Amino acid sequence: MTPDVISAPPAAPSISRARLWTAILLPLVLLAGVVSLIVRFSPAERLRDPAAPPAENLAIRRVLLQPDGFVVTVLNESPEAVRIAQVTVDDAYWQFTADPGPEVRPLRSTTLSIPYPWVAGEAHVIQLMSSTGTKFTYEIPVALRTPEPGGRQLLIFAAIGLFVGVIPVALGLLWFPVLRGLGRNGIDAVLAFTIGLLLFLVLDGTEEGLESSGLLPGTFHGTALFALCAAAAYTALELVGGWLSRRKAAIRAAGPPSGWTLALMIAVGIGLHNFSEGLAIGAAFALGQAAFGTLLIIGFTLHNVTEGLAIISPIAKENPGIPGLLKLGLIGGVPTIVGAWVGGLVYSPVAAVIFLGLGVGAIVQVIVQILSQMARDRPLAERLVQAPIALALLGGFAVMYLTGMLIV
Amino acid sequence: MNPLSRRSWIRLAGFGTAAAGLLRFGPLRRASAQEHAATPAMEHAAHMMGPVGAADLTRFDPTTYLRAWNFSDLAPDVRSRYYRETKRPDGSLFREYEIVAIDREIEIAPGVYFPAWTFNGQVPGPTIRATEGDRVRVNFLNQGSHPHTIHFHGWHHPDMDGSMPEHQVMPGSKFVYEFDAEPFGTHLYHCHAVPLKRHIHKGLYGVFIVDPKAARPAADELIMMMNGFDTDFDSDNEVYAVNSLANAYVAHPVRVEVGRLVRIHLINVTEFDLINSFHLHGMFFDVFRTGTRMAADDHTDTVMLCQGERVILETTFRYPGKFMFHAHQSEFAELGWMGLFEAVGSRRDT
Repeated sequence: MTPDVISAPPAAPSISRARLWTAILLPLVLLAGVVSLIVRFSPAERLRDPAAPPAENLAIRRVLLQPDGFVVTVLNESPEAVRIAQVTVDDAYWQFTADPGPEVRPLRSTTLSIPYPWVAGEAHVIQLMSSTGTKFTYEIPVALRTPEPGGRQLLIFAAIGLFVGVIPVALGLLWFPVLRGLGRNGIDAVLAFTIGLLLFLVLDGTEEGLESSGLLPGTFHGTALFALCAAAAYTALELVGGWLSRRKAAIRAAGPPSGWTLALMIAVGIGLHNFSEGLAIGAAFALGQAAFGTLLIIGFTLHNVTEGLAIISPIAKENPGIPGLLKLGLIGGVPTIVGAWVGGLVYSPVAAVIFLGLGVGAIVQVIVQILSQMARDRPLAERLVQAPIALALLGGFAVMYLTGMLIV
Repeated sequence: MNPLSRRSWIRLAGFGTAAAGLLRFGPLRRASAQEHAATPAMEHAAHMMGPVGAADLTRFDPTTYLRAWNFSDLAPDVRSRYYRETKRPDGSLFREYEIVAIDREIEIAPGVYFPAWTFNGQVPGPTIRATEGDRVRVNFLNQGSHPHTIHFHGWHHPDMDGSMPEHQVMPGSKFVYEFDAEPFGTHLYHCHAVPLKRHIHKGLYGVFIVDPKAARPAADELIMMMNGFDTDFDSDNEVYAVNSLANAYVAHPVRVEVGRLVRIHLINVTEFDLINSFHLHGMFFDVFRTGTRMAADDHTDTVMLCQGERVILETTFRYPGKFMFHAHQSEFAELGWMGLFEAVGSRRDT
C-alpha cells in the first residue's frame, strides 16, 4: 500500500437513489427466496429420521378446582401439534372434554374439563397422555376450591394491595417532617439507606424474574425477555428523567435531576415493582394456592414501609405539599392493587416476567439517579466510603433482608 | 408446574387469606370432603371414569380375538397361507403355522399408539391351538428390526426352546420350530430374545392351547390375555388391559348366553408388575390351574396370576344382564383393565 493512497482517500462513490434502494432491498429479496426454498424443501425434515418420535411438550399452565371437577389449561410448547388422547387422574383414566379440541397446535392452548370427584384437603395428580403415550404431569398438593373471580375477589385483592402496597408506602411518607430537619449529611445518609433498600429489591426482583422466566416456554426466551424489559424500563426512565430536568433547566441551572423528578422516578420504579408483586399475589390467589398466616401480611407491611421513605428522601429540602406527597404515595402503592386484579383475573407468567423486568430496570435507573444526586458536590467514590453513608447503605439492605425474613 | 417460586406461593397466598380475614369476610371456607361429596355435581363426576373416545378396530378387534384360534378369523383362502393341517396315520393332526415378527404401531387406548413388536401384526399374537399328540410346526420369519425368537411353554427338545443366544433369529432370517403338542392345558408363547423385559412388553407373546384327547365339555370359549403397556419407557405400565385395548369390553361387552357353559382361557403376561388378577362380579367360577387336569382346583370369584401363569375358568351365567370383570388391583382396573359381560337369555338356575 503506498502513502499516496493513504493520503488521498477515495471519494465516496456517488450512487443513484435507485441503485441505493436496490442495494438495500436485494439481500432482503434473496433472503425471502431462501426462506421460501427452506419452507418448500424443508431440509430439516429430510435430515430427521422418520422413525424418530415427535418431540412433544405440553405445559399445564393452570388448574382450577371447581365443585364438579378440574378445569385444566394446557399450552403446547413443542414445535409440532400434540393430540391429548387420554387423561388420568390419580392413575385412573377419566372422561374429559377439550375446548377448542384435544389437538393442540404449537404455542396454542386448549382447556380441558375433567369431571372428577376430588377430595378437599388431599393431593391429586393429573396426567395428560398424548397419542404417543407420553405423559405430562401436574400435581395438586392440597386440593382446595379455586376462588372464583367476582366482586368479592376484587375487594379482597384491593385489600391485599392496600396492605401490601399503599399503606406501608403512606406510612413511610409520614417521615417527611423528620427528613426536613436533617442536614446535608443526614439527607445523604437517608439516600444511601434508600440505595440499600433498592439494591435488595433489584436482587429480589431479578431472582423472581429469572425463576419465572425459567418457567416460560422456550420460544419466549424468558431470560432475554426479562433483560429486555429491564433495559427498556431503564432507558425509558432515563429519557423521561432527562426530558423532565431539561424542562426545569429553563428555570434552574442544568444539572442532575431535581429532587422532585427523582422522587417521582423512584415512585414510578417502586410502583412497577409493586405491580409485579400484586400480579404474583393475585395469581397465587387465583390459582388456588392458599396457605394461612396473618403474620405474613404483617411481615410484608413492615417490609414495604421503607419504600415510602425511599420515595421522599430526595425531596427532604423541597416543599411538595400534601397533594404532592399523596401523588407520590399513590404512584408507588396503588399499582399493587391493579397488579393483584390483573394477576387474579388474567394471570400469565409472561406478564410476571415482563413486569418483574420493568421493575428491576426502573429501580436500577433510580439507583443511578440517586447516586448522581449524592455526587453533586463531591466525587461519588469519596462520598460512599464515608462511615455514616456506607453504614446507612448497608443498613438499608439489612433492614430489607431482615423484614424479608418474615416473608418466608 | 408453578409459574411462581415456591416462596411466592406461600407468602402471597397467605396474604390473600389474611386480607380476607381483615375485611371481615371471614377466613376462606375450607369445604370438607363430606360437603363436596354431597353435591350433585360430584355424584355425577363419580361416573365419568374410563378413557375417552373410540379405538379403530379394523386392524385388531379384541372381540374377534376372544374366539379366534388357528387363524379362524381369516377367510379360508387367506387362512391357508398361515395355517394348514393334515391328518396323520394315527389320527392326530400335523399343524403348520406361519408366524412373522414385525414392528407395528398398535392402538392400546383410544387415540394412544404404542410402537409394538408383534407376531403377525397383532398383540397378542395369533392363538395356536392343537390337540394333545398333534405335531406342531411353526415357520418363523423375523421381519422385525431386532433379533427375536419364539419360546413355547410345553414339552419340547432344547433346540426348539428359542431361549439361548444361539437360538436368536436375526432380522430377515427364518427358523422352524417343531414339537409334539403336550401336555394338554392353556399355555403361552413369547419371544425370549434379550433384553427379555423389552421383548415381552413390546408385544411379542401369544396363547398356545393344547386340548386333551378326551375333549372338555362343549363351551363358549374365550381367550383373555392380561397385558400392560409402558408407553413412556419408565418400566411402569401406563395402560392395562385384557387383549391389549384399554376398556375394550366396556365399550363392546362380551356377549354370552345364560345357561351355556363359558370357558375362559386366562393368561397373564403383564410385565413390570408382580401379579395380575381377574375378578368376576356376581358369580363364581371353577379354576383349572394351567388347564392340565380335568378336575377343578378351586371355586372362587377372584384369581391371582404371576407373569406367565395361566388358568382355565369355567362358569355359567344364571342371570341376563351386565356383569363387570376386572383386575382386583384397583389401579389396573382404573388404567384400562376392566370389562363387561353381557349375558342374554332368560334366567336359569345352574
